[in-house]
Amino acid sequence: MTDSKKGFVAQKIADLPFSGIRRFYDIADEIEGAISLGVGEPDFLTPWNIREEAIFRLERGGTSYTSNAGLPELRREIAAYIRKFGTEYDPKTQVLVTIGASEAIDVALRAVTEPGDEILIVEPCYVSYKACIIMAGGVPVVISPKPENDFRLLPEEITAKLTPRTKALIMGYPNNPTGAVMERADLERIAEVLREQDILVISDEIYAELTYGPVGREGLGDAEHASIAALPGMYGKTLVINGFSKAFAMTGWRLGYACGPAELISAMTKIHQYVLMCASRNSQYAGLEALRNSHKSVAAMRREYDARRRVLLDGFREIGLPCFEPRGAFYTFPSIQKTGLSSEEFCEKLLMSQKLAVVPGNAFGEAGEGFVRCSYAYSVESLKEALRRLKAFLRET
Amino acid sequence: MRESILQLLEKNSRLSPADLAVMLGLPAEEVAAELGKMIDEQVICGFHTLVNWDKTGREFVTALIEVKVTPQRGMGFDRIAQRIYRFDEVKALYLMSGGFDLTVIVEGATIRDVAFFVSDKLAPLESVLSTATHFVLKKYKDHGIVLEKAVSDDERMIVSP
Repeated sequence: MTDSKKGFVAQKIADLPFSGIRRFYDIADEIEGAISLGVGEPDFLTPWNIREEAIFRLERGGTSYTSNAGLPELRREIAAYIRKFGTEYDPKTQVLVTIGASEAIDVALRAVTEPGDEILIVEPCYVSYKACIIMAGGVPVVISPKPENDFRLLPEEITAKLTPRTKALIMGYPNNPTGAVMERADLERIAEVLREQDILVISDEIYAELTYGPVGREGLGDAEHASIAALPGMYGKTLVINGFSKAFAMTGWRLGYACGPAELISAMTKIHQYVLMCASRNSQYAGLEALRNSHKSVAAMRREYDARRRVLLDGFREIGLPCFEPRGAFYTFPSIQKTGLSSEEFCEKLLMSQKLAVVPGNAFGEAGEGFVRCSYAYSVESLKEALRRLKAFLRET
Repeated sequence: MRESILQLLEKNSRLSPADLAVMLGLPAEEVAAELGKMIDEQVICGFHTLVNWDKTGREFVTALIEVKVTPQRGMGFDRIAQRIYRFDEVKALYLMSGGFDLTVIVEGATIRDVAFFVSDKLAPLESVLSTATHFVLKKYKDHGIVLEKAVSDDERMIVSP
């Protein structure tokens, strides 16, 4: 308790719930010997050449701040790298290096939101969008794409939620937690609506490198990500957020970036400058090495994830757990509705009886109720063991 | 299909034809047939287990022997190579560029066994001009696998966003 009658904490923050993931983490962490499909990060270590570069840079010094927007050579590499998705950005004015994609989301929302502005979010989604909108003084307006459409966003779902106060749309594809993707044709359809609106699209593409083809196809990990910024008429009204965490297995380095219209990047840089100064210099050097020399490792990891994705989906089919085919990230989002349990009940019971942790779908928004998130950032052996436990659990419920 | 199967198997030979079929989106019978063909054609030469014997009670030594030989007319190095690789003690044999001709990897129970092999079997061969034997002191990495990992535990939190 504090010595304040009213409480020192601002109402806005007091009202903000802790993430459902954190609540579930507290339960899961107590269970001795539990295995998990609950993790939202790669199981690979950062490729050695990247780690080695960071060690070398530390040995040489490299302990000072960098310019606010990030090392110029890193911004150049980012601009060169992101060209593969069909977009050109000026590294000097259109790229901001951030402390993880999470910071980019926060500063982007703070840079665009006036009090009371409505920001559309596409749920289920990453846990921070809603909270960041509220902290920025905006009003989150939820769009819930339908499971029967494989959680793809449809144009009419956007138009149904538009009001004169709508300022921006934030979406993440490939999606955490569903694994859904928006292919080029899907993006074309929503772009038709968005082009005519004066709203910004904040496109969180952190899982862009982890995009896969249909499971019936032989080639592993050979599908291509489509960015909405590359579509005609969308470049000037899209902010792309990306980072190193998922593609290069660099979660703990906290390194991300945003690319978009210069005016917006400049505004974001202002906030970033006052709050964080710059991303860690050492992480930025690591990021430079990642972009220059690690594409083989990325391709190898993508192939591996794709193989595991197929194993997990086949396992669900075998034990009778309905799941649409996710084409991105490293998540599956099976439906648990036929068990008659809520997502949280399912996860808690599964944890207690089989010592297997998966994440309740509603931790990512109400639309996730009736689903659970199972990650496949685990070895094939671990996935098979998890499937055995799931099967036993389904039999007893 | 071949290359996809081999890429997966090279890293994990325990994958069953059924596993491979799921991973590659192919019918299991087709994968099994292709595997059989590759074994017949010696594209797949074996399914081995990588053992770190240092962690067991078994005593044995590995040596790398540099060998200089005289190639034979019409046969090149193949004939002498064959004479050498037929010994059970020889685990690997490579023809080299550079200062010597053959690298022979030999395993024996003791240093004395290896010494005996070199002095009694290898060195006296007619085409062998010289040998230089180097004993392996410790194996750090073999077949792309680090044998003693510094970090083996999953450091990740049990649940994360």
